[in-house]
Amino acid sequence: MPRYQGLPASPGIAIGPALIYRTQKVTFTEQRVTVPRAEWRELQQAIQKAHTQLTALEERARKMAGEEEAAIFEAHRLFLDDEELLAKLRTMVLEERLNAKAAVHHAFEQYAEALLGLEEEYFQARAQDLRDVAQRVMKCLEGEGDDPSVESAAEPVILVAEDLTPSDTIRFDREQILGIVTARGGPTSHSAILARAMGVPAVVSAPFDLNEIRSGTLAILNGSTGLFSVGPTLHELEVARREKEEWEARRRAELSQAELPAVTKDGAFRAEVVANIGSVEDAELAVQFGAEGVGLFRTEFLYLQRSTMPTITEQVRAYRRVFEVMGERPVVVRTLDIGGDKEVPYLGTEKEPNPFLGWRAIRMIRERPDVLENQFMALLQAAGQVTAAGIRCDLRIMLPMVSSVAEVERAREIYEEAWKALEAQGKALPEKVQFGIMVEVPSAALLADHFAPLVDFFSIGTNDLTQYTLAVDRTNERVSVLASPYHPAVLRLIEMTIRAAHAHGKWVGLCGELAGDPLAVPLLLGLRLDEFSMVPSSIPTIKDLIRRWSLKGAEEVAQGCLRFGLAADVIEYLKSQTPR
Amino acid sequence: MVSTTIMIDHPAGLHARPAAQFVKTAARFPCKISVRKINSEKPPANAKSPLSVLTLGVNQGDSVEIVAEGEQAQEAVDALVELVKSNFGEPAAAHS
Repeated sequence: MPRYQGLPASPGIAIGPALIYRTQKVTFTEQRVTVPRAEWRELQQAIQKAHTQLTALEERARKMAGEEEAAIFEAHRLFLDDEELLAKLRTMVLEERLNAKAAVHHAFEQYAEALLGLEEEYFQARAQDLRDVAQRVMKCLEGEGDDPSVESAAEPVILVAEDLTPSDTIRFDREQILGIVTARGGPTSHSAILARAMGVPAVVSAPFDLNEIRSGTLAILNGSTGLFSVGPTLHELEVARREKEEWEARRRAELSQAELPAVTKDGAFRAEVVANIGSVEDAELAVQFGAEGVGLFRTEFLYLQRSTMPTITEQVRAYRRVFEVMGERPVVVRTLDIGGDKEVPYLGTEKEPNPFLGWRAIRMIRERPDVLENQFMALLQAAGQVTAAGIRCDLRIMLPMVSSVAEVERAREIYEEAWKALEAQGKALPEKVQFGIMVEVPSAALLADHFAPLVDFFSIGTNDLTQYTLAVDRTNERVSVLASPYHPAVLRLIEMTIRAAHAHGKWVGLCGELAGDPLAVPLLLGLRLDEFSMVPSSIPTIKDLIRRWSLKGAEEVAQGCLRFGLAADVIEYLKSQTPR
Repeated sequence: MVSTTIMIDHPAGLHARPAAQFVKTAARFPCKISVRKINSEKPPANAKSPLSVLTLGVNQGDSVEIVAEGEQAQEAVDALVELVKSNFGEPAAAHS
């Protein structure tokens, strides 16, 4: 049966008939009309109809997903009331004698283009909203009745689509949707967020062609692994059914205890289980899944897809939103980690033969100290403002890709200067800030005892540490299979790092994929890793596993792992271990 | 004609809720009201149009010039200034 590997967007397993959902874009030809008055009347009626639809959708979103989702449609409605937009439409139809559809397209597109030119993520999303509204008005012009919906489907379905807009996603009843799979969109796209809010399993970016799949065909979707399979055999179906039952039973148990701390069953050790995030939406999700904080807040989103440096004010705004969601829970923010794999002209990155060994992350500090300085300023101000408003923000700043002690010393100088400058300006500052580094270059792990006195914490980035230790390019498919974080060489570096930090009274986190891998739990626990940081949806599972082990039992497993010389042996051994 | 210049100090700038409040307030008055972002080449926007205000791209820390012309021009400018100064009706953000 055809199988498509996509990205997991909302965990869970769905089994059921596929429903191919095509978002039909309204097409139009531009024409001059003979009776502009009649055309204008029709357009006014269509706008009125769209208005009524949006009011209904707003109510529906409020009931199904909450205030935030409802606000999307309220904003859509406000666009339709805009007097400038209406004046434009009026001129186009009555004076230029344009047909209604073409007028709608041109008028909305003018604003969408203007918004796209503003570069910030917020405006990009509003431009998509505008296009969504334009499509709605055009559909109303075609006299289409109320949106056709799957409410009429006889049985619940797995929704298969190219991509889904907010308007598409909200139309379906929760009970009618077993799962959602789209060919496009990322895990932070609107439909993915909505799927998680509704608790529907979802996969995005699955490489299927809509024409290859027929509605009604039985399909299996695994929102935890990202696998989407069409037309399974009886045997495969049986396996999937069992997995689904097990998953659901387990999930219920885990979720009921997600808020509880991850203390080993002998009470000897408590690990902090926190989330990796890249946006304020992720932060909200993290809290829902019982995250005790954020172990990795990626800040690249602020810098990509734009042509100028984000201003301090823009950064403060973005950081504050995340801090406000996380409250007094710790938030580890990683400073900019960009290099030659992404060309960002205003930063001066360029194509390099080996971008992962090149001018990136903390290495920009010599030529571009301003980038780091701005980020420090913004982080301190954001945390200071939130603290002054009564929430004791627990900011922890983390430098990526450190390979030399000199880099940390220089960064600390810049940090101290930023602090003093803000103090002199009389700005509100946070009560406490921790300063740490990522350990992802082997030299940092090997010299951990030299780094430890300079920092408050380490966070081990196992994805890059594996790639650098084993000299394997993770993005090269011919060798990527060699990149196992279970490689004994990587494990030894992790062990060394934790030991050196603890000897200096510093704590250690781990924010690579290894932290969210159930197999690695006894190993990392046994090495006394203080903080496990992972995708939010994995948190309940990992917390649950930690609670099943005793510290002593985990320590035996960790020691057992360190004996091997082959990654495969480590994995084999870990698979044979049960909690004790 | 009445005009004034004021800095927007809300963390969201003139987007999202502040923009909606701004437009709503402007719409209460019969006069023509425009808003222009200082230090920007963008032409003044109709203060009663959410889309026009949004496309100005006014962020926290930016200053805008508000110009009103016609009936109740003074009242309109006063009301808008009051709105901005009251942090758009929200509790004041923490500033030193």
